[in-house]
This record gives sequence, C-alpha cells and structure tokens, in this order.
Amino acid sequence: MTNNEQSEESSGLPPSKELTEAYLLHLADNALILGQRNAEWCGHGPVLEQDIAITNISLDLIGQARNFYQYAALLIGDGCDEDKLAYLRSEREFKNCLLVELPRGDWAQTILRQFLFSAYQYLLYTELQKTEPGQARFRDEQLAAIAAKALKEVSYHLRWSSEWVIRLGDGTEESHTRIQNAVNELWPYTGELFNPAYYEKGTAGTSIGIDPSLLKKPWEEKVNNVFAEAAIVNPNGQWMQTGGKEGKHTEHLGYILAEMQYMQRAYPDSKW
Amino acid sequence: MVIGKEKIWSLLATVTDPEVPVLSVIDLGIVREININGGTTEIVITPTYSGCPAMDAISMNIKLVLLEHGYKDIKVRTVLSPPWTTDWMSEEGKEKLRKYGIAPPNPKQQVCDTRLFEADEAVQCPHCNSYLTKRVSEFGSTACKALYTCNDCKEPFDYFKCH
Repeated sequence: MTNNEQSEESSGLPPSKELTEAYLLHLADNALILGQRNAEWCGHGPVLEQDIAITNISLDLIGQARNFYQYAALLIGDGCDEDKLAYLRSEREFKNCLLVELPRGDWAQTILRQFLFSAYQYLLYTELQKTEPGQARFRDEQLAAIAAKALKEVSYHLRWSSEWVIRLGDGTEESHTRIQNAVNELWPYTGELFNPAYYEKGTAGTSIGIDPSLLKKPWEEKVNNVFAEAAIVNPNGQWMQTGGKEGKHTEHLGYILAEMQYMQRAYPDSKW
Repeated sequence: MVIGKEKIWSLLATVTDPEVPVLSVIDLGIVREININGGTTEIVITPTYSGCPAMDAISMNIKLVLLEHGYKDIKVRTVLSPPWTTDWMSEEGKEKLRKYGIAPPNPKQQVCDTRLFEADEAVQCPHCNSYLTKRVSEFGSTACKALYTCNDCKEPFDYFKCH
C-alpha cells in the first residue's frame, strides 16, 4: 500500500532520455499494432456499419501511434523520423504488449480485444493527460497533449466495444459461446498490461510514466461490470503471459511486421 | 501588421476540408494562430482527430494558397493542445453543413458521457428538420461523422458528431 501511494506522487522531473524514448515507443507500438490488426477487417466486417466502425478505430489508433512516434523521433534526433521507427525496427525492438499482436480471430475476439484494451487505454490516458500543477502529477506537456487528444477518441472506442461485448454475450447461443471463448482465449494476455516493464518502473512518478499496476483495480471493475451485463464468466486466476513489452513476442508479431515493413525493407527510402 | 493578419485569415477562408468540401479550415475552427515574424508567416493548426488523413492535404493547401498570393517563407505547425472540439466550429460553418445535408454538431459535448447504450441528444434531420431520428452507428464515412436515419422522411444522413 505504502509503495502504491508513494508512486502516485510525481516528482514532476523528467526521467532519463533512454527511458523516456522506450516508454513513448511502447505507447506507439501498442497503438500501431492494434490499429493494423483491426485494419485487417477493412472490407470484411460483418455488416457495412461495423466494417466502417472498426476501420475508423484503426485510423484513430494509427493517428495516436504517429503522434507518439513523432515525439519519440524528435527526442531521439539524428535524422530519426516516424517512418524509421515504424518500418525499420525489428521484432525484438517492438515494445507492444502481447494482447495487441494476437491474430484478429473471429469478430467476437476482435471486439473483446478492443474492449479490454480500450478500457486500459482509457484509464492510462486519463492519468497521462493530467498537467495541472497541484493535481498530484505534473506531466510532460507534449505527452499530456497527445493523451488528451487520444482520450476523446478512446471514449468512443470503449463505449462501442462495451456495447458489442454485451450484445454478443446477451445475444444468441452462438454469439454467447463465441464471446465466452474469446474471453477464455484472451484473458491470459491481460495480466501483462499491469505488470510494469523496466521503462514503466523507471518512469513511474516522473513527468512521463505511471505505474500501470495502479490501473489494475479500476480496470477490473470496468471489465467485470460489462461481463456481468453480458453474462460472461470471468476466468480469473489463470497463468498470465508476459514478455511483449520487453521485446519477447509471440510468433504472430514477426508476420505482421514482415507484411507491414516489406516495402521499406525491399526498397529503402521509397516514398508514397 | 494587423492588416496583414486579417488578409491571411480571409485567404485561409478559401481553403476547404478535402473530406467535407463545404467547410473551410476557418469554419472548422482548426486554425489556431497566425504569426508573422519578419518575412516568415507561421500558421498554427490543430487536427480534428489524431488520425485525420486530411491534415497533410490541408497543410499543403494552406501553403499553396499563401504562395499564390505572394507569401514566401510559410510554415505550417501542428499543435495538439488544447484538443479540438466541435464547439470551435463557426455558426456559419454549421449552417453550411445543414444546407449540404450533414447535420451539424449539437452545441454540447456528448462523447464524454460514456454510459452504455445511452441515447444521444436528439439530432435534427437536415432534410426534413424532424427530431425523430436514430443513430445507426457512431462511426461514419470519416472520423468526424456518425450515421443516422430519419424516422419521418426515412432518409439516411451524416451527423457531424460532437467532439
């Protein structure tokens, strides 16, 4: 308890350059990879309106990723830019969590992943956008600006995905089975969100990061409320997978990067 | 210099949003500042949504219009804070949207209300003015719009959603 309370207080001081860059890349990679996964539905959504919805969410996420990459590139300097960070880093250099890189699965799995992640992003960005002095934390201004902008978008994503989880859970026998299967399948990847990586430990309480373990309780509350509405059984207490945030990924990340990075790798510096 | 700035504001009123061509960047409220410093003209803009794909085209069009009118050293800078809101859209812009067949944003932010299945405030149909409309999807053909249909005239329409 004492530890948690301490880490909530911010010194307001910036962490080291290396930790700041790693933290920003982690935020960017999460948004980019989930954006790309959702974009796989483009033209394949179950109905037109939802095809449009999931690809709009992709667009928001890729936009957020660009903002984080641009900021990271500015700090890195030396001719670095957003494209180099997205297209020229290898799998082990990506710091996204495992949850976002898993294959899209069926519609239930895509919806559930979006819901679990949006609920997390909503809480995270709410913290990161706090800049008012005296409000417990004093944030890095640019990070707070990106988070405040993104939070408005994430509010839509969270509402949309929550409603879909309930609709599927409370729908037909088929839809209920599918969403429950998705929960059973994805749940072991949720623990990593709250398990701090080295750059989260190192930036917690500074002007940049927050300790993600503080988000666990409010996240569980949000998620369990929707699960209760949807008559979904929470498979609590399972073994949790970790590693993605520190570069140890599932086999799936390599494939999505290969596809995404092919052009820049094959034809270096080619422009649209 | 005040005259110089006024001239630029009026030139920017001719730069339109490529996705909603009836609106100018001034109507949208995305031009935040104009700074003239010696020979340099700096235009500060803010995106509607993080991933708005029109931003690159908008910056380029701003530069082109100013170049055409003899301005030389032009910088377009993007800022994210404070985040854009539809409250910054001009009344004239809202009227243009309505005439174009897109329901303009209501003057109150609704997205902050994250309660589930919450009915949105009534949105007026831009075709027949009925308030008996329903939301089909909160995501539309661009990030800034939602899909609606009118229960009276049965026409579908876009709503420039509150943000």
